[in-house]
Amino acid sequence: MQFTFWERNQLRLAPVFFLAPALGMFVLYVIYPIIGSLWISLHEWDGIGDMIWVGFANYIEMFEDERVLTALYNNIIWLLFFLLAPPLSLGLAIYLNQSLPELRIFKSLFFFPFVISAVVVGLVFSWFYNPRYGLLDVLVQALGYEPLALLSDEDLVTFGIIAAAMWPQISYCLILYLTGLASLNKDVIEAGRLDGAEGISMFWNIVLPQLRPATFIAIVVSVLGALRSFDLIAIMTQGGPWGSSTVLAYEMVEQAIFNYRMGYGASLATILFLILDVYIAWFLYRLWKNEGRRL
Amino acid sequence: MFPTPIQKSAIFSQASYRIVLYLTLLIWLMPIFAIFLTSIRSLADINAGNYWGIPKNWVMIENYVQVFSTTPMLLYFTNSLLITIPAVIFTLILSSLAGYSLAKHRFRGNFLIFAMFIAGNFVPAQILMIPVRNLTLELGLYDTKMGLILFHAAFQTGFCTFFLRGFIKELPHELVESARMDGASEFEIYWRIIIPLVRPALAALAVLEFTFIWNDYFWSLVLVQGEHARPVTLGIQALRGQWTASWHLVSAGSIIAALPPVIMFFLLQKHFIAGLTMGAIKE
Repeated sequence: MQFTFWERNQLRLAPVFFLAPALGMFVLYVIYPIIGSLWISLHEWDGIGDMIWVGFANYIEMFEDERVLTALYNNIIWLLFFLLAPPLSLGLAIYLNQSLPELRIFKSLFFFPFVISAVVVGLVFSWFYNPRYGLLDVLVQALGYEPLALLSDEDLVTFGIIAAAMWPQISYCLILYLTGLASLNKDVIEAGRLDGAEGISMFWNIVLPQLRPATFIAIVVSVLGALRSFDLIAIMTQGGPWGSSTVLAYEMVEQAIFNYRMGYGASLATILFLILDVYIAWFLYRLWKNEGRRL
Repeated sequence: MFPTPIQKSAIFSQASYRIVLYLTLLIWLMPIFAIFLTSIRSLADINAGNYWGIPKNWVMIENYVQVFSTTPMLLYFTNSLLITIPAVIFTLILSSLAGYSLAKHRFRGNFLIFAMFIAGNFVPAQILMIPVRNLTLELGLYDTKMGLILFHAAFQTGFCTFFLRGFIKELPHELVESARMDGASEFEIYWRIIIPLVRPALAALAVLEFTFIWNDYFWSLVLVQGEHARPVTLGIQALRGQWTASWHLVSAGSIIAALPPVIMFFLLQKHFIAGLTMGAIKE
């Protein structure tokens, strides 16, 4: 039998054809831009004129930039609050994990915020916090306190935005945990019951270990959400008042687009990228441990 | 089942469970009620300062008609559809091809390429922003729908490839082997065997990606300037700037903007959740 070159080598050449489109696009729009940003971060550049090499000057400037320090501080606050999303959602998920007839539709209604755009979430919460007409101040004044004007208060503004961001975030983690609870191993639970495990001890020793994959993903998406927060800040405060609600992601855009400082913006993006890299490395390591060795 | 079914407890705790449940749901959905009520409020109500109470007269349709007739909302909405649908289709084509190869072909660098797709997914948008903006400008695609479509498709391919590779790897290898024995080409195997079998996964991804891309705000901000390519997310924000006092119109616009992903979610909830929680159930 005679085989053509293509027939003989198909299996070896196939990966090239199958991977080329995706890989090409991914390299063009993701890999090359990452390298591009790293390169730009070593320059002073207004986006139009010549790029001027400045070495690490942008990175040194950051340490004295108060807005950047505020951004970093706010990112940490975001992170701390977002890490409350998984346990809060787990509590809610356990509460909702019953088989009443109305719960089917109720669960979907609890997932609702997750599919709504950040623009809409930001809009509703901005109104809610509005000092002249907002529901929050109606409540606060009904209780006999001074109006809050949450979004124009330098000390409170970040918490106001985080509260808005927690709404879809809890709903995201809730989806993960309810799915996790639905797929618990019933035999193990029953065996635990027979052994006298109940309530807290049942939860701690039997349920929680089985929910580990859900917990892992919930923590991953919460940390990512906290570090990548941008939309709600852009929509609700534009980083204000006076930069008090800015975060790294927002500050980067502010510098690059509004102040035409591409180099400085790119260096801020690089810092954010490096922080997330630690995380990516951890995720890939886990993946590799689970299956990589078999490849 | 955990926790113990409530049906097994006393009537009193069953009743209090229900009361707390209804109250929690009510508070949870408060922002949605607020925006919906505002969208059917009359201008007279807004001017009278009735922002949160029960509307005096219900205008179910007028505000919605007005949004479409006095603002470019219809254009924004169409733009969003024309960006999201092609981007989702393109993403699924790219990632199913790549996913098949990564799952069923053995070659050097397989895991490396796979790892790259995953890692790219976690990257903050800001590290891509300046070069992607410049690239789009150079391609002559700045301020066009195509500029957004190409970027979304490329970026989302990372996540979808990760997802589909996992799904295809679970399919029995003998299926592919015996087809190869029968002389089927690799593309025939992909098209005739793999694609029909991963249809549920493709459906799950389609719903999920539709929501992600539809709700995108950042990239529209970076890659679009004028009205002709502006999607709803950006459009709502623009409306808000122009119509500061017209809460009822901005609310109606927001409801319209939120509707497609919400409808998708309710119709295809099973697929949506399957897509979102893959990997959350087993490691």
